[in-house]
Amino acid sequence: MPYMLFMAFLVLLPLVLIGIYAFTDMQGHFTIHNFLLFFSKSEAVNTFIYSIAIALLTTMICLVLGYPAAYIMAMRSFRTPAVIAMLFILPMWINFLLRTIATVELFHMFNLPLGEGALLFGMVYDFLPFMIYPIYNTLQKMDLSLIEAAQDLGANRGKVFTKVVLPLSAPGIYSGIVMVFMPTVSTFAISELLTHNKITLFGSLIQRSFGEGGTTMWNYGAALSLIMLVIIAATSFFGQGDADVDNQKGGLL
Amino acid sequence: MKTYSMVEKRGLGSRIGAHLYLAMLLVLLYAPILLIIVFSFTKSKVFGNWTGFTFALYQNLFAGYDFAAQVRVDPNLYRALLYTGSIAIIAATLATLLGTLAAIGIFNMRQRERRLAMFVNSIPMINPDILTGISLFLLFVFLGVSRGLGTVIIAHVVFCTPYVVLSVMPRLNKMNPNIYEAALDLGATPFQALRKVLMPELWPGMVSGFILSLTLSIDDFGVTFFTKGSNGLETLSTFIYADARKGGLTPELRPLFSLIFLTILVLLIIMNIRTKKQIKQ
Repeated sequence: MPYMLFMAFLVLLPLVLIGIYAFTDMQGHFTIHNFLLFFSKSEAVNTFIYSIAIALLTTMICLVLGYPAAYIMAMRSFRTPAVIAMLFILPMWINFLLRTIATVELFHMFNLPLGEGALLFGMVYDFLPFMIYPIYNTLQKMDLSLIEAAQDLGANRGKVFTKVVLPLSAPGIYSGIVMVFMPTVSTFAISELLTHNKITLFGSLIQRSFGEGGTTMWNYGAALSLIMLVIIAATSFFGQGDADVDNQKGGLL
Repeated sequence: MKTYSMVEKRGLGSRIGAHLYLAMLLVLLYAPILLIIVFSFTKSKVFGNWTGFTFALYQNLFAGYDFAAQVRVDPNLYRALLYTGSIAIIAATLATLLGTLAAIGIFNMRQRERRLAMFVNSIPMINPDILTGISLFLLFVFLGVSRGLGTVIIAHVVFCTPYVVLSVMPRLNKMNPNIYEAALDLGATPFQALRKVLMPELWPGMVSGFILSLTLSIDDFGVTFFTKGSNGLETLSTFIYADARKGGLTPELRPLFSLIFLTILVLLIIMNIRTKKQIKQ
């Protein structure tokens, strides 16, 4: 099957190469020096922890802001026109760099300082649609008679939500978490633009290792990439790695 | 039709509250976008500085010449636009062809092989762009390929094709599997059967895969960044990134952004209306 060869060559081999570069030095000898270097630099480790914390925080804010929005739009009782749902998804289709720059300009205009606050605002702003869309999708497909049944059986509104709606929307929540967490934990451009390089995230650390400065840092960068790869693999495992997650964007068409 | 009791129970107050919440989020989401659109109608170099209503920036954008400053608008912007468009069209075409054939191939695999193939297929979709970019960067370095337009196109095909596979797959599942065989029995060559029988069935999936690939390619920043090399090849994304890092944003990007936004808005509305009509039918 030629496609499998194509994929093996252009998807699997490159990932293996990350592993090989991570465990070798510039001469190609086996070493774990790259990882030791990372763990011995407190600055690098702090950046790593900080990036994960920022990504988690962004994901949480997106969930808290996004879930009610998805819920309101999906529940017929609120009579929200479908075009509103489209408006929430539309920003997904606009280049995220343009959106990020728009945020930067917004902060400039109101004379707000660029920094951690701007970073969080910008990331939430960039990725909120990716949280709303999958949750909205699962809620919309939900069988409303289940809610009715719960009501008939005497559940009050809170009970209906916690015992019926929330569990049924769990797949959407997982997808949303994965779709927000993965890009935020790996971003490098957004943080640079939103903080004027004041805050370095793990993605920027990786990107700088591969900068035009030469080949000296490539092995170190590969080691960092491998660490990132492990996080991504773990995250996608959390999201059950189902094709549904990946196809969310495709589902728009 | 039966009305759900939820509909009756929800009071006017909670409905207003809910809609206010949505409105608030939408304002938040669209404030930066609207701001750029508003400021595309003033010609000040510095953003956020209103110097009166004018179409000057639109004129500059289309003429390629800044009339007020009597200088050319950065020619790299147009080159970046041209590259973005050509890369997207070439990569999306290649990805659509490859992805359709791959979907047919995977569809005919045995269960276990099929699952493996779909897993490998999902890797580029799950991987963040920075990892796809770096892994391909290392591959090109490893092979000694010099980076440029070719490597960017290959990279875009790599991350677009899986989406085409996923768009075409449902059409294959719905299709009557016997019609291909029937065509062969009636004397069609396998290629004829593919072109005359399979293709029309798969066409809608191919079209949506193609459009998706176009948007993914146009939108991409991370993968392009690592595979474009340093020969001055820029796409719109990398141009904006470089521009923003230098400090000021080229003012003509404001009208460009507004036009792109309007195009997407109109396209999405048209697609929405079309799917609604299809559902009604």
